[in-house]
Amino acid sequence: MSTIAETPIQREHARTIYEKSKPGRRAAVLPDAGVPERPLEELIPSGLLRAEPPRLPEIAEPEIVRHYNRLSRRNFDLDSGFYPLGSCTMKHNPRLNERVAALPGHARLHPAQDPRRAQGALELMWLLQESLSEVCGLPHVSLQPSAGSHGELAGLLLTRAFHADRGETRTKVLAPDTSHGTNPASVTMAGYEVVKVATDERGGVEMDDLRAKIDADPDQVACLMLTNPNTLGLFDENIAEIAGLIHAAGGTLYYDGANLNAVMGQSRPGDMGFDIVHLNLHKSFSQPHGGGGPGAGPIAVSERIAPFLPRPQVVRRESDNGGGPSFDLDFERPKSIGRLRGFQGNFGVFVRSYAYILSLGADGLAEASETAVLNANYLKARLAAGRAGARLPIAFDRHCMHEFVLSGKPMKRELGLATLDLAKRLLDFGFHPPTVYFPLLVEEALMVEPTETETKESLDAFADAIERILAEAETDPEVAKSAPYTTPVRRLDEVKATRHPVVRQPLS
Amino acid sequence: MTRYTSATPDDRAEMLAAIGVDSTAELFEQIPEPLRLGRPLALPDGLSEAEVYERLAALAARNADAEEQVCFVGAGMYDHYVPAIVDAITSRSEFLTPYTPYQPEISQGGLQVMFEFQTAMSELTGLPVSNAGLYEGPSSVASAGYLAMGATKRRRFVVSRGVHPHSRETLATYSEGYGAEIVEVGLEGGLTDAAALAAAVDGETAAVILQSPNFLGAIEDVEALGAAAKEHGALLVVACDPMTLGILKPPGECGADIALGEGQPLGNRLDFGGPSFGFFCATEAQIRRMPGRIAGETEDVDGRRGFVLALQTREQHIRREKATNNICTAQALNALGAMVHLAWLGREGFRELGELLVRRTAYARERLAAVEGVELLHEAPVAREFAVRLDAPVAAVLDHCAERGIAAGYPLGREYPEHEDGLLVAITERRTREQIDELAEAIEGAIAGFHAHGAFVGSDRGEFVSDSDTKSPSEAPVA
Repeated sequence: MSTIAETPIQREHARTIYEKSKPGRRAAVLPDAGVPERPLEELIPSGLLRAEPPRLPEIAEPEIVRHYNRLSRRNFDLDSGFYPLGSCTMKHNPRLNERVAALPGHARLHPAQDPRRAQGALELMWLLQESLSEVCGLPHVSLQPSAGSHGELAGLLLTRAFHADRGETRTKVLAPDTSHGTNPASVTMAGYEVVKVATDERGGVEMDDLRAKIDADPDQVACLMLTNPNTLGLFDENIAEIAGLIHAAGGTLYYDGANLNAVMGQSRPGDMGFDIVHLNLHKSFSQPHGGGGPGAGPIAVSERIAPFLPRPQVVRRESDNGGGPSFDLDFERPKSIGRLRGFQGNFGVFVRSYAYILSLGADGLAEASETAVLNANYLKARLAAGRAGARLPIAFDRHCMHEFVLSGKPMKRELGLATLDLAKRLLDFGFHPPTVYFPLLVEEALMVEPTETETKESLDAFADAIERILAEAETDPEVAKSAPYTTPVRRLDEVKATRHPVVRQPLS
Repeated sequence: MTRYTSATPDDRAEMLAAIGVDSTAELFEQIPEPLRLGRPLALPDGLSEAEVYERLAALAARNADAEEQVCFVGAGMYDHYVPAIVDAITSRSEFLTPYTPYQPEISQGGLQVMFEFQTAMSELTGLPVSNAGLYEGPSSVASAGYLAMGATKRRRFVVSRGVHPHSRETLATYSEGYGAEIVEVGLEGGLTDAAALAAAVDGETAAVILQSPNFLGAIEDVEALGAAAKEHGALLVVACDPMTLGILKPPGECGADIALGEGQPLGNRLDFGGPSFGFFCATEAQIRRMPGRIAGETEDVDGRRGFVLALQTREQHIRREKATNNICTAQALNALGAMVHLAWLGREGFRELGELLVRRTAYARERLAAVEGVELLHEAPVAREFAVRLDAPVAAVLDHCAERGIAAGYPLGREYPEHEDGLLVAITERRTREQIDELAEAIEGAIAGFHAHGAFVGSDRGEFVSDSDTKSPSEAPVA
């Protein structure tokens, strides 16, 4: 199959912008200084000046535009097709949100503007805090963390501060073996030790193991980090009991909100007993992923955690002279863990997510989750009814929430096709593959999250593509093993890139 | 049917039949009944697109942005001109809407942008290895601290008071977690006290952390200050303003092991503080300890050039608790904006912009220093920002200027109580000589008015609830 004809985009050899550079070309024309053109050495000691400017490309604007437009065509994106990447919630990114985020009152507002002259921005942040608080069922919100993992770190630092305030030092954080990789990484960064908790035959936390891990050293248990529904797409029915066990041991219960899209307006982490929740505004609340960010990871917390929230905190102050309320940044928070970053957080993301919440409203958010769950269960049923039923069985066979996990173990055993091969073959069919090889608990895992914004037709087309790939593999498994064929490049040598890293363009 | 979903009643019926349930409620039965919300969220009903736009436009109108006020505020984020091609390229669906490039065959565009960006940041900082970006500036400083602990097996940071207060506070927040100690070294004449720094660094020091230009705008002699780090085997970490790196000696040529900073000045709007990005560059020795994504060059099975996420064995999704950092989603789109801006400026334009900033800043600094009641807070060389002392309450001068449509600068008092009378003034290519003259006149008027009347006539301070920075109207002296 590798002898098939090259597509036009494959013939387009990748050239970096530095390779298109030629001395003397330029795009920018700068304004005249309008002030005396004094030699730099008069103003700055020559020992502090650089001899040669950085070797940035020299290229005119039309070719810059062409270069990046060409590059853009070498990307697959959500606006081009179905993107069922599990745990990533690739839902539609409303363009309205981009428009309102770009208003000069938002986009050109300096973060150090006097709060009295940034009342609209602070009110927006306060309104978003209030909305997220209601969605989570927890009374206090900080918008500061920049993404989910930043929120996790915040949650663990809050836990540390909460215990320190009670004169306690605890060292262990429990997390299921199905948890997102960021969970254990955040635990280490926050100075804790990870204790893995097993998964039971229904896909939930193994209660006996949890009890054993707590009982081994209850005074050392700082926190249990969970996502619910978990990374198998299953709601942990024992959550109330789990919360009781952790709280009895004196620990906090942390909710990884990566999977919140299953439960908006349906069930609330606060009501489940969670103390600290992070939300991924770039998942459930429609901020575009941008090819790897930006996002935002606000945290919602219970009363007992609130004194420790990062500062500054947006607060609303009632008028004492009959006027309307005003909004301010509160820095006077003596128990605060402090800042997690500069200024107030990823405000542009807050604008988009608040616009999304205003657009959907209470019923729309609930309907979004309901449809996300419907779509996931429908796709699961469609797949189970075809060849995937035997070759790619569901890892835990019960109704799922917003995503589900298949195991490619029989497919690999019977057809010699690894999950990776299936994923790569899906690229030729115009689909982004599901998340692969995660959670680690499931052999040859495929984690599928369709989201609510996909049509039934898209789900059917995806199920049909899986069916065709499996049928094709029954007669010729080599096709998928060498896939993809139609993408701008074919399978890449990742080992080479790590063994002998070339991480920048060499320039002469 | 609500917003952004497509399932019609017929679709729903067919889908439920295929699942084998009568209603979606059955699917939610796995949530124990007491934990089901059972009521609508206490949020307003959804609005039409036009209504949402109007609502948000009304909020935006209550902010004094840089189109309404001439902005001399910096402190890490600057009102630069972002060229139109940045918006055109970053708003393309193909860049705006993909996830992190986990499937490289269909992500070559984004991966190549990362590679180009890494090359640009490596050029700017003079260090061979760059990642594809972190959240923003201050948390990048905290990530450098974490790297330094891993590299040196030591737990103490020596940090200049010239490092951005947000960076120092963020480093302190993280240090509570990963268990590090911070020793702060003060400033003398606007610059890090070299003798105090040398005395503070010892065999327990994991990193010496500097910023140049520092928070007060002064250009540090990084090479000289860094000698203490070299002597004791500590890493030298330098935070820098990327817009100055067209003219200032890059950290890599001054002995820095890590150079990092807030990327907003490159191709990113102010956005009230974010999203922007942090850049993070290091020596080859640190490549396997770097935080964040790194794109690397490789080949496909047919020998075509291609790019992948390299060195993923550092990262959380592979290494979990042994990862070099917990970062996952970062700021890829913002880094693209920076790359396009840098390509637009180009090698010559980037240097010219640096020179323009230095010259206009020199003009502004001299112009303000000539104003009665204004003196320089320090005389150290500066690039694009400088600090002055005002012979009148800073908050009141800021109010006076605000009424004249000028955001005069960043008050230093909250974070530098020793400079209660200090104001930090930033210059970009958008700040013209005429605007600088207007700033000088406004400050002159404010100070003269204060001394003539002991207060400010026509101040708007009574119109707002005062924040903790400003006296309430009742406390202000009456004219």
